[in-house]
Amino acid sequence: MTTMSRTITISPVTRIEGHAKITIHLDAGGNVADARFHVNEFRGFEKFCEGRLMWEMGGITSRICGICPTSHLITSAKAGDDILAVAIPETAEKLRRLITLAQWIQSHALSFFHLSSPDFLLGFDSDPATRNIFGLIARDKEFARRGIRLRKFGQEIIEVLGSRRIHTPWAVAGGVREPFGTAQRDRLLAWIPEAKETAQIALDTLAGIHEKFARDIPNFGNFRSLFVGLVAPDGALEYYDGALRVMDGSGNIIADKIDIHRYGEYFGEAAEPWSYLKFPYYRPLGYPKGMYRVGPLARLNICDYIDTPLAEKERVAFKAIAGSAGTVNNSFYYHYARLIELLFAVEKAEALLHDPAMLGTSIRARAMINRRAGIGASEAPRGTLFHQYEVDENGVLTSVNLVIATAQNNLAMNRTVQQLAAQYIDGNTITEGILNRIESGIRCFDPCLSCSTHAAGQMPLHVQLCDAGGRVISEVAR
Amino acid sequence: MKPKVATAWLGGCSGCHMSFLDMDERLIELADKMDLVYSPIADVKHFPPDVDVTLVEGAIANTDNEELALLIRRNSRFVVGFGDCAVTGNVTAMRNPVGREAVLERSYVQLADVTPQVPRDYQTIAELMPQARPLHELITVDAFIHGCPPTADQIWFAVSQLLEGKLPALSHVFLRYG
Repeated sequence: MTTMSRTITISPVTRIEGHAKITIHLDAGGNVADARFHVNEFRGFEKFCEGRLMWEMGGITSRICGICPTSHLITSAKAGDDILAVAIPETAEKLRRLITLAQWIQSHALSFFHLSSPDFLLGFDSDPATRNIFGLIARDKEFARRGIRLRKFGQEIIEVLGSRRIHTPWAVAGGVREPFGTAQRDRLLAWIPEAKETAQIALDTLAGIHEKFARDIPNFGNFRSLFVGLVAPDGALEYYDGALRVMDGSGNIIADKIDIHRYGEYFGEAAEPWSYLKFPYYRPLGYPKGMYRVGPLARLNICDYIDTPLAEKERVAFKAIAGSAGTVNNSFYYHYARLIELLFAVEKAEALLHDPAMLGTSIRARAMINRRAGIGASEAPRGTLFHQYEVDENGVLTSVNLVIATAQNNLAMNRTVQQLAAQYIDGNTITEGILNRIESGIRCFDPCLSCSTHAAGQMPLHVQLCDAGGRVISEVAR
Repeated sequence: MKPKVATAWLGGCSGCHMSFLDMDERLIELADKMDLVYSPIADVKHFPPDVDVTLVEGAIANTDNEELALLIRRNSRFVVGFGDCAVTGNVTAMRNPVGREAVLERSYVQLADVTPQVPRDYQTIAELMPQARPLHELITVDAFIHGCPPTADQIWFAVSQLLEGKLPALSHVFLRYG
C-alpha cells in the first residue's frame, strides 16, 4: 500500500552564497512532515591538498570561497605559524587583524545590502524578477550606492594590503609578505566617516524592518540551541584569535577558554545522504542533539562586551531582546548582530589604522618545519573557521581537515526551514511569497556554501509525489 | 529594449561573481544598460529563453552543472567562459588526478565520526562527474574572460563590449591567468 505524500522543492535557493535547494515534505493531509536544506556542490579540497606544500595552502584554500577568501588565507597562515612554532611579529598580527576586519566589512555589507535588503525594502511578495540588487538600485539608488561603497571600502583595505581584492596570497606562515605605509593608511582613514555613517544607516533601516515585519519575525528560526565562537581572553568580542566558548540557549556558559587545539574533543561531524554539507555537532550532547549556531548571532550572544563604543551601545540593545531567555534565540536577529559587527569592524579598523605599530617593518618570522601538525582558527564572517594540517619533515601535507563556519550552522538551518515550512505551508495554499520567506530563513544565516562544501511569477515549484519510502512516483513542475 | 544578461555559477568558488560586484559604482551604470534576467544574486529560478549574454563561472563538476550549461547554450546568444574554472577547470579540476571516490571518501567517511557515508541521494542532490571539465568541452563558448578571478576592470571591458553586440577581444593586459 502506498501512502501519497508530496514534496515541494525550491531550487536553486538564490541570493545566498552557494548552491542549494530546499525540499518540504508534506504528508497525505497536506501538513509539513519534514523540511530539508540540501547543499549541492563538492570540490574535495581535504583530499587533493594532500601532497602539496604547506606554503601553498593560503593560495589554494582562499579558492574555497570567493566571498571570504581572506578568512581562509588568515586561518591557513595561522595553522602555518603553528607548524613553524613561531610567535609572529606584532606588526604582522595587527595587519592580519586589519585584513580580517576588512573581510567582515565587505562580507557583512554584501549580506545586508546586496543580498538580504531586497526582501525587506522591495517586499517578500514583490516581483522576483526585480527582487535583487539591480531592483534595489532602481528603487533607491542612494541606499544601494551606500551599500556598494561600504563593501568597496572592505575590498579596498584588502587590496591596499594584499595587492588584489580576491584571492590575495599576502599572509603566510610566520607573518605577512608586504608592510603597510603612511600613504596607504591615510587613504583608508579617509573612508572612515562615510563607512561609519553607512553602518549606522543600515542599523536604522533594520530597526524599521523589525517594526514592519514584527508579525513574521517570531517564526524565523526561533529555537534554543548552543552558541559557539571565539572570545578574547577578557571576554570581548573577538575576530582573529582567542579561545572557544560554548553557551546554551539560556545564556549559561557550559564550556569556556577551550584552546583551539582541543576543538576536536568538543566537536564532531556527521554526514547525511541528502546533502554535501556535513553536520557538525557538540560532542557532549551527541548527534543531532548537539546542534549549535556560530556567526554573528552566536558571537553577540557569547561575548561579555565589545571594545568599541558605538557597537557596544548596540550590543546592549541587542541583549535586551533576549530578556529573561538569556540569549537571543531567533535567527532573524542574525541580521541585527551582523550589522552591529559591521559597525564594530569599522570602528576597530579606525583604531588599528591610528596604531603606530601598523607601520612597523618587522612583518615575518622565518623558521623551518618545527611541528608536524598545526591548527589555525579565526572568526570568519559566518563563524569560527578551523584549518588543521599535518605535514612531513619538508612541509608536505599528509592530512588536511577543514571545518567551516556555515557547516556548523547546518543543523540550525534545517531546523529553521522546518519551522518556517510548518508555519507558512499548508498543502492548499502555496504562494511564491511563502516560499521566499522560507528561503529568507536561510538567508538569515548568510550561508556561504562555496566554503562549506569545499568544501509565484516564475516560481520554480516542483511538486513531487513520493511513496512512503521516499521514491518519486510522479512529478509536476510549473 | 535593454540587452538581457544572465550570470551562472557552476563548479567554482563564486570569486568571479564577487569580482563582478567589485565593479562597485559601475553596477549603477550597468543597471541602466542591461536587464539581469538570471543570476545567483537574483531570484529567478528558471533559466529564461532569449538571453543575449550569459557569463558562466565555474567548471562542469556535477550533473546539475551539465544540465544547466546545456540549457544556457540553447537559450543564449553569447556564452562567455567567466574566469579560470570555466576556461581551464582550474582549482575545481584539482581533484581530477585523485579521483571522485577518493575525494568523497575522505570528506564524508574518514572525516565524519558519526553516520559516515558518501551522500548519494541523487533524487535531491547532484552526482559528481568523474572529472571536472572546462565549459568548452561540453558546449560551444563564444568568448573567454581569464583570471582567478578576472579583475573588475576586465569584466567591465568585456561586458561593455558584449552589450554593444561585440565579442570582446581581450588584449594582452587582460590575459592574466591566476
